[in-house]
Amino acid sequence: MALMWSELSVLFRRRRTIVMLAALALIPVLVAVAVRISSAGSSGRGPAFINQIAGNGLFVSLVALTICIPLFLPLTVGVVAGDTIAGEASLGTLRYLLVSPAGRIRMLVVKYIAAIVFTAAATVVIVVAGIVVGAILFPVGPVTLLSGGTISIGESVVRALLIASYVTVSLLGLSAIGVFISTLTDVPVGAMAATVVISIVAQVADSLPQLDWLHPWLFSHYWLNFADLLRQPIEWSSFGSNALLQLGYVVVFGALAYGRFSSKDVLS
Amino acid sequence: MSDPSLAIETRALTKKFGKQTVVNELYLSVPRGSVFGFLGPNGSGKTTTIRMLLGLASATGGEVNLLGEPMPRQLSGVLPRVGALIEGPGFYPFLSGAANLHRLDTADRYASGATRRRRVAEALDRVGLTNAAGKKVHAYSLGMKQRLGIANALLMPRELIVLDEPTNGLDPQGTREVRHLVRSLTEEGTTVFVSSHLLAEIEQMCTHAAVMRAGNLVAQGSLDELRHAGQTRVRVVTPDVESAERVFRALGLSPGHPEPTAHPGQLLDAEDDYALEAPLGDTLAPDAIVADLVAAGVRVRGFAVERATLEDLFVALTGEGFDVAQ
Repeated sequence: MALMWSELSVLFRRRRTIVMLAALALIPVLVAVAVRISSAGSSGRGPAFINQIAGNGLFVSLVALTICIPLFLPLTVGVVAGDTIAGEASLGTLRYLLVSPAGRIRMLVVKYIAAIVFTAAATVVIVVAGIVVGAILFPVGPVTLLSGGTISIGESVVRALLIASYVTVSLLGLSAIGVFISTLTDVPVGAMAATVVISIVAQVADSLPQLDWLHPWLFSHYWLNFADLLRQPIEWSSFGSNALLQLGYVVVFGALAYGRFSSKDVLS
Repeated sequence: MSDPSLAIETRALTKKFGKQTVVNELYLSVPRGSVFGFLGPNGSGKTTTIRMLLGLASATGGEVNLLGEPMPRQLSGVLPRVGALIEGPGFYPFLSGAANLHRLDTADRYASGATRRRRVAEALDRVGLTNAAGKKVHAYSLGMKQRLGIANALLMPRELIVLDEPTNGLDPQGTREVRHLVRSLTEEGTTVFVSSHLLAEIEQMCTHAAVMRAGNLVAQGSLDELRHAGQTRVRVVTPDVESAERVFRALGLSPGHPEPTAHPGQLLDAEDDYALEAPLGDTLAPDAIVADLVAAGVRVRGFAVERATLEDLFVALTGEGFDVAQ
């Protein structure tokens, strides 16, 4: 438990982590300011929900999440997950943690949980920054859902956080892949880049109709399906299948990471 | 079964990377309470051996017993009793020295959080870093990082401390402090295992030593035993070099090249003196050599039987020169 706290404190005290979270917080701000300046961009182009922002500031969070999911979130998650083991190896701290002895499985679990905590923090930062900046720049009111009903402001904040948790769950698989890659190398930048590239490849594959059969198996397949949480009653099926898929990735890549790391010669 | 009087015991410990054998059938016996010097040139397999001892790398073959327990099977029970500095310090540059020690201490399940602050302060004090405790490690000099690494090994009371090249990057003052530290640790009953390529260091603080060469253990024992293993040499100073050489050969000695003992500008009467050296076997008595020399009319102006220093032994065992063996 002490190791978990120490891990989180090391992670969140790093300037890099803080900068990444700040950059993510900047995206809803950019979106809101851009919409505000162009005064109700009703051109019909741009990400989903963007036209609703001018009418209700609460939509800033959704637009910002939609923008962040394909690239910015995988990028930051890739940096954190890719750094987990390889970063310690390159600093030379891995050998000291292991002879303490931290225990290799314990080390992996702690690292993976820290990556998930970061993912959750990242999505919450986007959502909260979106709500705050939206409330400042635009009128805020009850939200009209995709299914036509209306929910109160309080309820819609809850929905926004629900969406944040959906996005966090969506990224569990990618985090697991990142941690696994991180056990393969002593060069953290390599592991980070590889993780990010994999997330992009998955999304490209997901957009190719020729690879139809593969789509339901891609960890990025449900990434943008959070809109189902904006129905009344909530449509949980995509949340469920997404969670199941991510769990599969966690099991597979967790096992691979364990297999690799438990027998790895730590020579860094 | 493992011998309980040994802190470290390896049997036929072997490590191969691909086809290359880095450590070859090592039989290491480190008695409890000793200061054990692990000597060898760079690249002779010292650090790889240490990594295997501590369970960081798996052995290709052979066994390791650490504090009487088989490794790596009993790793989680044994390692809390072992402190280590392995191949230089490794720290988070963006954290302070004290924060680094806190962090590494949390990895040890047996280290109590309640005493952590006090233990960190004590360890820092012990290596003279109290004043730099709050400084970020990236502002530390190499010597300070090295001290911090040693402090990390001292966070908990240990039965065995493994120090891999502990005086790397330390100034002479720091080197002396390390020696003091090692001495105070042994007084507390801790076994200290020090690896080094610096012989003088080992000679000054160790009670036992082992010498590695290209992955093989070429000598092991107490310092006295090792000194005995070295050859003794006989040295005669005389102006009558040719006849002295003849006498040496007649006695079955093989003299080296004679060297003038006088340096330019030295006293005139020492001008023609030469020193002739030869390894002395066990069978020959030194006094017999003198008698023969005198009988042959050699003017013996100096005679000495010299025991090989540890350095001679080290060079004889590991070869001279700077070439990395592997």
